Amino acid sequence: MRRTMMFVPGNNPGMLLNADVYGADALILDLEDAVAPGEKDAARVLVRNALRAFDYGSAEIIIRINPLGTPFIEDDIRAVVPLKPAMIMPTKVAGAEDIHAVSAMILEAERANGLPEGSVGLIPLLETAMGIENAYHIATADPRVKAIFLGAEDLSSDLQAIRSKENHEILYARGRVVMAARAAGVDCYDTPFTDVNDDEGLAQDAAFARAIGFTGKAVISPRHVPAVNEAFSPSEQDIAYAREVMAVIQEGERLGRGAVSLRGKMIDKPIVDRARRVLDAAEALGLGGYEHE
Amino acid sequence: MQIQGRAMAGTLESNDVMVTVSPAEGLEVQVASIVLNQFGKELKRVALDTARQLGAERALIELDDRGAVECTVRARVETALTRAKEATA
Amino acid sequence: MNKMIGSLREAMEACQLRDGMTLSFHHHLRNGDQVLNQVLAQAAQMGIKGLTIQASSLFDVHAPLIDHIKSGVVTGIETNYMSGRIGRAVSEGVLQKPVRFRSHGGRPDAIDTGRVHIDIAFIAAPAADPMGNANGVAGPAACGSLGYAMSDARHADRVVIITDHMEPYPLMPASIGEENVDMVVKVDSIGDPKGIVSGTTRITRDPVGLTIARYAAQVIEHSGLLKPGFSFQTGAGGASLAVTQYLKPIMKRLGVTGSFGLGGITGYLVDMLEEGYFTSLMDVQCFDLRAVQSIRDNPRHQEVSATRYASPGARTAAVNSLDVVVLGATEIDTGFNVNVHTDSNGVIMGGSGGHSDTAAGAKLSMIVAPLFRARLPIVVDKVLCVTTPGDTVDVLVTQRGVAVNPARPELRDALKQGGLPVFDIGELKDMAERVTGKPALVRPQGRVVAEVEYRDQRIIDRIHSMG
Repeated sequence: MRRTMMFVPGNNPGMLLNADVYGADALILDLEDAVAPGEKDAARVLVRNALRAFDYGSAEIIIRINPLGTPFIEDDIRAVVPLKPAMIMPTKVAGAEDIHAVSAMILEAERANGLPEGSVGLIPLLETAMGIENAYHIATADPRVKAIFLGAEDLSSDLQAIRSKENHEILYARGRVVMAARAAGVDCYDTPFTDVNDDEGLAQDAAFARAIGFTGKAVISPRHVPAVNEAFSPSEQDIAYAREVMAVIQEGERLGRGAVSLRGKMIDKPIVDRARRVLDAAEALGLGGYEHE
Repeated sequence: MQIQGRAMAGTLESNDVMVTVSPAEGLEVQVASIVLNQFGKELKRVALDTARQLGAERALIELDDRGAVECTVRARVETALTRAKEATA
Repeated sequence: MNKMIGSLREAMEACQLRDGMTLSFHHHLRNGDQVLNQVLAQAAQMGIKGLTIQASSLFDVHAPLIDHIKSGVVTGIETNYMSGRIGRAVSEGVLQKPVRFRSHGGRPDAIDTGRVHIDIAFIAAPAADPMGNANGVAGPAACGSLGYAMSDARHADRVVIITDHMEPYPLMPASIGEENVDMVVKVDSIGDPKGIVSGTTRITRDPVGLTIARYAAQVIEHSGLLKPGFSFQTGAGGASLAVTQYLKPIMKRLGVTGSFGLGGITGYLVDMLEEGYFTSLMDVQCFDLRAVQSIRDNPRHQEVSATRYASPGARTAAVNSLDVVVLGATEIDTGFNVNVHTDSNGVIMGGSGGHSDTAAGAKLSMIVAPLFRARLPIVVDKVLCVTTPGDTVDVLVTQRGVAVNPARPELRDALKQGGLPVFDIGELKDMAERVTGKPALVRPQGRVVAEVEYRDQRIIDRIHSMG
């Protein structure tokens, strides 16, 4: 399950120390925007040491690296691949060629370190107009790509739009990222909510992201983790309904019926698929999924 | 590793250590720490060990520690030494 | 006829202040207090020596005490809490006679029973009338409850009210009654309002503290105590206060209305009263302006004396009816003994206050603390000072898990069933040391500079000087 991805500044020992305490499903150790240009070297060493010393439990490790075209990316990849992160997050990704370039650098590092080729995944950050336009090409550019991630702050600047609480200016980009990801068969992640003090706004934003199809959402503050986890977890009603759906399907199979209905509603394939996803998620979260006879 | 000049790494934030490296006759570590009584010896040992592992033999390493754990101390000492290697005197 | 005296000096002369007397002070003006320093400055000018200061608490603002000790004006201190420079100076050995630490319940008990004799009580009052009726809810230095001054008013040989705000007779309400007062002195200022109460107390924003608070609320939920009539007390800082924010939705979900909140009252407990989570507040001390306003305006929010709050000698005290108390700690050892008297180097920076009283009285005593602070694990083999004995402490809550006193196996089971991460306290210590490394043992070796008198009158520990 990857409902939440929490940003952790790579040059901050205090945050690295406690990062796994907050219940985020994935941690994004950040070598990019959270680290000043003069401290990129320090952050690489600190992140390396932290990953070797601390047990982050079941949290998935993602490392955000600097963009292509900066003097940092090569050192980033060389330093980061031996740490065996689940995924690397390249930034300012504009098209499939960026993925090819980064993938090639990672391959070199995998070989140099005796790691299985292709073992490090990619979750490119789409934060420019070009990146959003090319979302499907990026998502299908390489088998390493497991997910795509929308970054609204830089994007709204690139769009010359005005960043608003209502998020109108990123509405199309959100839909486009979900569309491209689902068409490509990869996961998709929504941009983080940036107001650390607005709990109600956070809950609404997370609920919206869930409703339009995102797999999960990034967070910039540990305080946002519980609300986003909840928004992307199946509720008790979701689970109960999903069980009912599976029950009528199984009943229908037993009685040899082709079409089944539940409370007057036809239960066709999309509803069954959704029910299975809910129960899979519930199982993964230990909420009790499929009932066993 | 040849220390060319003076260099720093780390910050004075909680859980961090500010490390200053400068050229010296031999290898020496000076420690100031908010947990000096509990970890002063340990901080010195870790800084010396990190320096030796990197092959630095002639350096003065000064620590201003705010409760950094071992992996942080090692990281900051390594970064400061590497920067000092590249620094001009 | 009235009791007004022209100046503090005249009042002290009229009280026949002599060498060797015991003078008492309350701490409701906290770090904004100016009265204790003014009184001692006068005593020094009068050439008085050998005084014992019987103060419910001492703060950094009272640092001039250090010079008074060095010059012999003050030779003894008895208090429930000591922070800032005075704490450090005592740890360095500035005072020959060991400080006697008591608790917020033990002090009034000693005064009420005569074990402690007070020659002159100097009671700073934000508002007073010319006959000495006094309260804490009016005036520019309003501090709310005057609970810690009441035993002093009843039992001291002489009682002097010091105020900066006079009101006509009869002042109502009267926390201190004219029947106990000898003299009233008006001064320009009794204290700095900014140091007395914070404008608003804020709960911690630190994500580690919030995580601890969330677990703490869950511990309360699964303890079985969260039923109608639930009563609760929490500290004023850090993760302790944040517990209220996580407790509210749980109480709402379970449909529980509590009976009383106790303490140490902040705006957050006032909110809980006003929003219907509790039906009353019993207040021995106000921490912020909202608490002061509420105690003044809301009849369901009442002042209680320190005796009624926590005295072990009272027929009953409020702490004995308390369901849950949330407390902090500098250190806790594997026997659940808690230290809030000293820092990790053994230097005095606090004291029991109400810690040992509430832990003894409450059905569930919880310590909330991060697994380690800076690089220091919260769990140690043996605390440098026992403030609160382990048999009165039930649960330790950290951001990585909770530990339950082995004497409460049913509680441990209930928390495990509730899905909380439960560990032995030794496991939490190991968990911390895996990250921090094992700290070298630090134990001050100098002479005894303070004795810790527990609420049952036993000396349960001694504090040594650093040198």
